[in-house]
Formats: sequence, structure tokens, C-alpha cells
Amino acid sequence: MSLLKQLLRAPLSAKFGLLVIVVYILVALFAPVLAPFGETQVVGEGFAPWGGQFLLGTDNLGRDMFSRLVFGARNTLGIAFLTTVLAFLLGGTCGLIAAIKGGWVDQGLSRAVDILMAIPQLIFALLILSVVGTTATSLVLVIALLDATRVFRLSRAVAMNVVVQDFVEAARLRGEGLCWLVTREVLPNAAAPLIAEFGLRFCFVFLFISALSFLGLGIQPPTADWGSMVRDNAVLITFGDISPLLPALAVALITVSVNFVVDWMLHKSSGLKEC
Amino acid sequence: MTTSKPLLEIRNLHIEGHYEDAWHPLIKGIDLTLQRGEVLGLIGESGAGKSTLGLSAMGYTRDGCKITGGTVHFDGIDLLKAKPEALRKLRGLRIAYVAQSAAASFNPAHRLIDQHVETAVKNGGISREQAMREAVDLYRVLRLPNPEQIGQRYPHQVSGGQLQRVMTAMAMACHPDLIVFDEPTTALDVTTQIEVLAAIRDAVKTYGSAAIYISHDLAVVAQMADRIMVLRHGKLVEEAETRKMLGDPQEDYTKSLWAVRSFRTEPKPCPQQEKPLLELRNSCASYGRQPVLHDVSLKLYRGQTLAVIGESGSGKSSTARLITGLLPPTHGQVLYDGEPLPADFRQRSKEQLRRVQMIYQIPDTALNPRQRIVDIIGRPLTFYLGLKGKAMRARVAELLEMIELDPATFMERQPRELSGGQKQRICIARALAADPQLIICDEVTSALDQLVAEGVLKLLNRIQQQLGVAYLFITHDVATVRAIADEVLVMQRGRVVDHGSRSAIFTPPHQDYTGLLFSSEPQMDPDWLDRLLASRATPNSNPTLEKV
Repeated sequence: MSLLKQLLRAPLSAKFGLLVIVVYILVALFAPVLAPFGETQVVGEGFAPWGGQFLLGTDNLGRDMFSRLVFGARNTLGIAFLTTVLAFLLGGTCGLIAAIKGGWVDQGLSRAVDILMAIPQLIFALLILSVVGTTATSLVLVIALLDATRVFRLSRAVAMNVVVQDFVEAARLRGEGLCWLVTREVLPNAAAPLIAEFGLRFCFVFLFISALSFLGLGIQPPTADWGSMVRDNAVLITFGDISPLLPALAVALITVSVNFVVDWMLHKSSGLKEC
Repeated sequence: MTTSKPLLEIRNLHIEGHYEDAWHPLIKGIDLTLQRGEVLGLIGESGAGKSTLGLSAMGYTRDGCKITGGTVHFDGIDLLKAKPEALRKLRGLRIAYVAQSAAASFNPAHRLIDQHVETAVKNGGISREQAMREAVDLYRVLRLPNPEQIGQRYPHQVSGGQLQRVMTAMAMACHPDLIVFDEPTTALDVTTQIEVLAAIRDAVKTYGSAAIYISHDLAVVAQMADRIMVLRHGKLVEEAETRKMLGDPQEDYTKSLWAVRSFRTEPKPCPQQEKPLLELRNSCASYGRQPVLHDVSLKLYRGQTLAVIGESGSGKSSTARLITGLLPPTHGQVLYDGEPLPADFRQRSKEQLRRVQMIYQIPDTALNPRQRIVDIIGRPLTFYLGLKGKAMRARVAELLEMIELDPATFMERQPRELSGGQKQRICIARALAADPQLIICDEVTSALDQLVAEGVLKLLNRIQQQLGVAYLFITHDVATVRAIADEVLVMQRGRVVDHGSRSAIFTPPHQDYTGLLFSSEPQMDPDWLDRLLASRATPNSNPTLEKV
């Protein structure tokens, strides 16, 4: 079945989710074109009201809220995407290797992951980030490492079910190397749940970065970021202004949308597609 | 038999199943009449609609199926119009079902007796004590060991054959008028199958229940049924009394089912002077501390077929794993062409690996579902022989023609678009692609229908004649051994108990266990089970029973 046909047959929720994701990606790609002002440009007084020159008012320093939201999409989405990809490359590869090799390799990798997972994720991240400093690189690397542990567990569990099948044994008896086993025999058969997990993991990373930014250890000012934008403008809530909730809403919307798509993909990969 | 109203009356039944985005007919207008106390056998290949028809006798269809026409009357009640509560009262109390895999049908978290009495106490309105007393009586009728205590065990604590009998007992708990047996002995060893068959038949006679007995094995149905219906593609092919059906089948399809066991290869003389291609000398192996093989020795010569026969747990698959290097021996070694092979397959050279290929029992899991046929067969060509691109495709086409599949149609397909028999042929082609001298066939026909299995055996035989490969043929099926073996090895509990050429092994007098195994193979004779049980009941006439 072609991709287009599958899309047309997708449920409404999945179509909505896909639409939102596409819009977010377009906004992130064309941020400089869409935003009326610069990312860090101070254009007026602080906390200006909605309407007029500033579509959604200004923030505490007098920067245009709408422009910051648009640039925030680029920063937050980009970093979250990069982090998730890294986490999957690291955790996925290790998980597959652990499942195929078994024995000491599996024991070693699994116990290392257990140790990492024993420490609460947020506290661990705060600890390391306050030691190594809060640059974007260290942020990406630290979160990728921490999330790779979750990916490791899933990919190992999924691969375990594939590894015991006869066609993997047949490939082993043929004398195939580890690389062939991972990429040709196991990965294609473990891909569906891993892709679904990618969407889910992306949401978690996204929320995690926003949480860290809210706590001041995430993406650093003056870079626009949805988490820190909530914190910077939180005081407005007291005056009954909902502007600080807009970045939060943006986070919520993408999270829900990604989950709609993930649900659809999970349903498809569960093999119950006919009913 | 022909008194008053029939117990079950199915008229012009149509059932459709939903798959591949459309509704397809599964049952196309079948009539079925069952009198009280009568046993009806349903025969057919997989996909013939046997189970679907059996379940419809309970007014039930599987998920994704629907009854689109016809009527089902049970004792005057229209099951298709009955309310769910009324159906629930009927099922378990007056109609019961015995599934193929008892192990998958019991709840592993509860004791057998608790599951046994549940329906009787809840719907039958009898006290728990009485239900438990009756259960023990039933266990006795079904000849379960230790009938007073066995109910206290959990499902994993009894053997497969016992569990199947417990399930039969459970179906009889409320003295139902009708029991549907859906392949109740298919998953069992032949010697265990006898006990279960005898027990089921006694119990059905004792309690006077009517039964529908579903199986793909004609010889088994012949022992159980008064009347047989042959199904194919959801239609009735033929229906007759058992003796008439066996003696004088009318339709061509039925005749072909009957003839399936008649295939024989030409026996090849054993070249004793030559060096054996494969030799095991007094090999032992164990899983952890559990020994599985004791002193196994075998010799296989070029171009010959050595059949290894035994029941589950006899160590025949472990022997194959030992030869392929998946299970390192604790003692002894594998000699290939006179040279010892490294015990672990990872230490064997590419050339050593190439010469020994393997075909598996279940073709569905032996083929990577994400690869096309050309990739599956092409990989050994590239890996071992360095063939690529056009040369590789040409060789794949040649191999496909050799296994009687059209290259143009099958080359680009994926395994899920193929039938079971076609998949097994692809597995054979993959093994042949490596140009091996020895192919290990591990129960290669067990998962296939009899007609398809016969086709695969004929193909393997033709390939052997053309290419001169040797087969190590692992099976539990006596008929398969009789069809293709040159040499036979009988295994029991990890030991070789008997070996010899096919003619020597099949000519009486047999060794004790060999005789037991051969006599347990169901015959196409409705009196076979009676005679066998009679001969085993008198210990002097057949000493093999004591050994079981």
C-alpha cells in the first residue's frame, strides 16, 4: 500500500496530528520570514498589550511575543529532535547488540543502564548540567544519554523477540557478521515499535527541555525557548493575562499531536490493521 | 440413530471472514445433521473451514467472522437468534468445546480442579463438593494417574497428554449433549495420542454425548467417528459412514487424501567402504546441568538419507544442534568427511558452514518477513559464492525453477504473500543456494498439510537424485520415515535405541521401543485402535506396554 493511500485512510486524529506537525516544521524552517521582529530585538515597552503593532503583546523586556514564539519553535523543536535522534542512535544500537550478543555484552550494557536509570532523571540532569555548564551541546548530550537508557530497554526487549526466530539463527549459521544481523535481520523487524517510540520519546525530551529551561538550566537567554518564556512572563498571570500560557499551549499542542500520530502507527504495527 | 429430532441441525450455513480489507466466504452453504450420541468426524486441510464449522455448532464465530446465512438449531433452539444469556447457559452445560492446545487454553494461575468445577457450580447449580466428586470420577474414566490429587495441580505441573485429558474431563463436567473436539491430539506424540484417543472414546461412550471430532488426520478420525464429512474450501466434498468412506471413497479429492501415505523412494544401497560424510562418535551434550544426549553415534554417507525418529524430548533436535554447532558437546566430536568440525559454529570457517545447511520446521519463522524472495535466496549466493547483480538473479531464477515456483511471479514477493508449502520450498531453495553437501531437515513437513507435505517430500527426493546431497531427516512421523529414509535412527530420552536400514527397521521383529512407536501410528482401519488396545491389554501378547 502506498504512503499516500495509507494517509488517506488514517483516522481523523492522526490527520490532525500530522497537520499540526507539518505546520510546526514549516514555522521552524521559515522562522525569520514569518516573524515580524528579531528573536532578541527589544521593540517596545515591557508587557505591552495584545493587538496593534504587537500581535500578542511584548514580554518582560519588551521583545515581541509572537516573534519569540516563532523562533522558539525552531530552538525547542530543533534541540529536541537532535537529542532524540542521538538517544536512538546510541540506545537503539546498544539495545540491538545486547539482544543479539547476549551473555557478558548484554549483562555489561544492561547493568550500566540500570545504574543510570537508578538516579531520578531530572535530578541527574540538573546535577550534570550544573557541573559541565549549560551550553546547548552539553544539554543535548546529557539528555540524549539519559534518554538512551529508555530506548535501550525497549529496543533490547523488542529485539529479543526477533532474535529467537529461526531466520536469525539461519543467518548466524550462515556466518553473517554482527553488522548484517543488526541492520538486515533484526532492525527491520523491530522498526515499527521503535518508530512509535521515537515519537513518544520526542515528546518527553521536548517536555524535559522545557522543564529544564523553566528551572533556568535549559536553553539559555537570550535564545527564545518556550520553557523559559513561561517563566519570564509568569508574573502576568497575576493580572489575568494569558500570554505566558501561549508557549505552554504550543508545547501541549505538539505533544498531543505527536501522540495522535504515534497511536495510529502503533495500531498499524500491532498487526490488527484488518479489523 | 434415526429416532425423532436430531440434536444438532445446521442448514445451508454461510460464514464470511474479514481479511485483506474485504469479506471472503469461509463456509459456503454446508448442511450438517447430528443425532444424539453420534460421533461425526470433520476432515480437511487447513483453511477448509473445519474449525469455523465446529465453532458455529455452538452459535459462535471467531473475531473477524460473521454468519451471513443459514440456521443452526440445537435441540430445537435457534442458536443464531438466541440471546447472549441463553447461549452462555448452553455453552459449557449442554455444549462443550475441547481445543487443540490445552496448554494455551488453561489459565496457568489457577488449579485444574478450580477451573474444572467453575461452570458446573456457577451455571449448573450443583454444590462445589458434588462437582469435585464428579470431577474425580471423570478423571478416573479418562485414566488420569492419581485421580484424587491431580486436580490440585497447576496446568504446568502435568504433561501435555494429561492436560488434554483434563480438558476433555472439564468439557464433560456437566454431561453435555454435544462436545466439539477441535484437533485434540494433533499436538501430542503418537504414543500419548493413543491414550488420549482411547480415553476420549470411552468417555463419550460412557456418558452418551454426541460429538463433532475435527482433525486433519484421517486415520485418527476413522477410530473415533461413526460418520465422516470431508470439507474443502468451505464446501462439503463427501459424506458417508466411516467404513463406507474408508473402503469406497467417491470423489477424486477424497481419494487423493487416502493415497497420500503411499509415496516411497527407491532405497539406495549403503556404500560401506566409503568414508562417511558425517559421523558422530559417542557424543554427549547437556543444557546447563541437564544432560540431553548420551552416547549418540551416527554415520551418514554421501547422497543418502538418514532419518532420525523419536518423540518430543528424545534429543533428535539436540542432535541437529550439535551437528550445526549451536550446542557444543560435552564429549565426543563431529567428524565431517573424516575431519573434526569445531564444536562452536562461530569457530567454523565459511566453507565448513556452507557445506551443512538447515531447513526448519516452521517456514513462517524461518524466513525474514521484511525481505523479498530474491534477497532471501540471493544472500547465500552473495555471501558464499560472491554472486552479485545479474548473475545472482539468474541463479535465483534457476533455483526457483528447481523448486517448481515460477521465477517471474515469486522473485519480488515477500514471504507473507506465500502459502505454507511455498514458504517451505523457499527455505529449501535457500539451503540449496549454498551448494551444500548435507542438509539437515528438522521436522520440515510437520507444519504442512498432508498433500502439501507429500509434494515437499517428492521435491526433496528429486533434488537428492539430481544433486546427490545427503539429508539428515529429523521427524516424529513414522509415515515420513517409511517414505524417504535409507537409514533409520530411533531415539528415546537422548539415546539411540535402534538403528538400521529402512527395510531392516520396518521388518519385524522390532526392538521394544521401535515396535511401540510403529504400532502407535494410526492406521486407516476403523478397528485399529480396538485391536491395538486389546493386544496391549493382555501383557503376554505384547511386552512393550511395560516399557512405557
